[in-house]
Amino acid sequence: MAEEEVKLFGTWGSPFSRRIEVALKLKGVQYEYIEEDLTNKSPALLNYNPVNKQIPVLVHNGKPVAESFVIMEYIDETWKHNPILPADPYERAMARFWAKYIDEKFWPAAKKTVVAKGEEQKGAIDEIQQQMKNLEGELKEKKFFGGESLGFLDIAANIIIWLVVAQEALGMDQILNEEKLPVLHGWLHRLLDDAVFKECVPPKERHLDFFKVKFGSSIASK
Amino acid sequence: MAEENKVKLHGMWASPYVKRVEIALKIKGIPYELVEEDLVNKSQLLLQYNPVHKKVPVLIHNGKSICESLVILEYIDETWKNGPPLLPQDPYKRAKVRFWTSFVEKELLENVLLVVRSEGEAQEKAIKVVFEKLNLLEEGLKDLFQGETHHIDGENMGILDIFLCSLFGAHKAQEEVLGVKFIDPEKFPLLSSWLTASTEVAVVKALQPSHEKLVMVYQFLRQKALQPSAAEVEVKEGVYVSSLSRSSAF
Repeated sequence: MAEEEVKLFGTWGSPFSRRIEVALKLKGVQYEYIEEDLTNKSPALLNYNPVNKQIPVLVHNGKPVAESFVIMEYIDETWKHNPILPADPYERAMARFWAKYIDEKFWPAAKKTVVAKGEEQKGAIDEIQQQMKNLEGELKEKKFFGGESLGFLDIAANIIIWLVVAQEALGMDQILNEEKLPVLHGWLHRLLDDAVFKECVPPKERHLDFFKVKFGSSIASK
Repeated sequence: MAEENKVKLHGMWASPYVKRVEIALKIKGIPYELVEEDLVNKSQLLLQYNPVHKKVPVLIHNGKSICESLVILEYIDETWKNGPPLLPQDPYKRAKVRFWTSFVEKELLENVLLVVRSEGEAQEKAIKVVFEKLNLLEEGLKDLFQGETHHIDGENMGILDIFLCSLFGAHKAQEEVLGVKFIDPEKFPLLSSWLTASTEVAVVKALQPSHEKLVMVYQFLRQKALQPSAAEVEVKEGVYVSSLSRSSAF
């Protein structure tokens, strides 16, 4: 078998590049990780992703793939064992639909809950609560969105952790609490307990410090 | 041969998102029932089938609803394997197609809509961004087509072809309303010839609303965005959209 060369350009604090780490580790794919400094992007990164110059970029035998969901689909189609997406087309459509929802609806609203003030912040918090209830509707009784094991949507939903850590860093009440969102709360703890997944989150203390520095000055007064 | 379960599509004639799904269904030769929605007065069924976004298009198949045009297109490709494929077989080529499709959706469409909805300096800025993105796409096409002429006909239209012509199929109407020529064959030769070929495909041509109707749609979108009074817009929207719907069939 020909030798595979897999490289991942990412950053320690990006949920998008952490998603790729989870996918590769679930498949047992060996890869070289390159940590990028986004204030000083490497020539290699700019060469591999000239279009939006962003991480993550997966380079497989010299061929680059960009955009986290595009990369995840590529990984699933290239290394076919331990599938990330389900087999059934309707189930696949649901995973893709909710993953899109997370990036396009949840993530912008999540950012607002942290940086906005007053009424705007309250509105964003209400919105996020509803969104997470919607996600609970998709999770139902399952251990993970993917069923018994982690799947595409669990990986995509990693971004929820970033909100949780940011809120903790800023001393805000957790929106994702056991009382209001018991189903998702349970899922989150199972996710963070998972042997593969827990290797692919930023180190807690460093992550908390990062948010304190970034958003510390914009804490809304209670 | 097992009987295909009925396919329904909730849509609206002016929506480019719905157009994508119709093109895909027709390319695959999948019979479907089109349910035309009045977006000012959405049907109970639509709200039931797409409670999260309450938008068209929604595909109903085997009693289950699928929303979001790109998700629907991938679903169609994976469910009906007999018709022409909407994505290439090779995973790397698939990744490239998905990347550029996402680019057309997020980077191009969003910025074209910004041009439609703004004026003055804001619009100038948005126009500049669209041209930057078109440049990137033109470069990307060189890599994507790799020197081969990308031959399009009813047999091999894929999701990227579909997304592109759902956005720029109306480029002449966009030019008339906005006074900007996005699809300039001198600036973007690959893109222009690709778009021309796509819009000539029989299925696409048959689904395209008339130039006059498209001009009205873009004028309406622009008026709605620049209009100060929301209440006025709501009333106008109802009248305008209904009148658009009732005007000559296409």
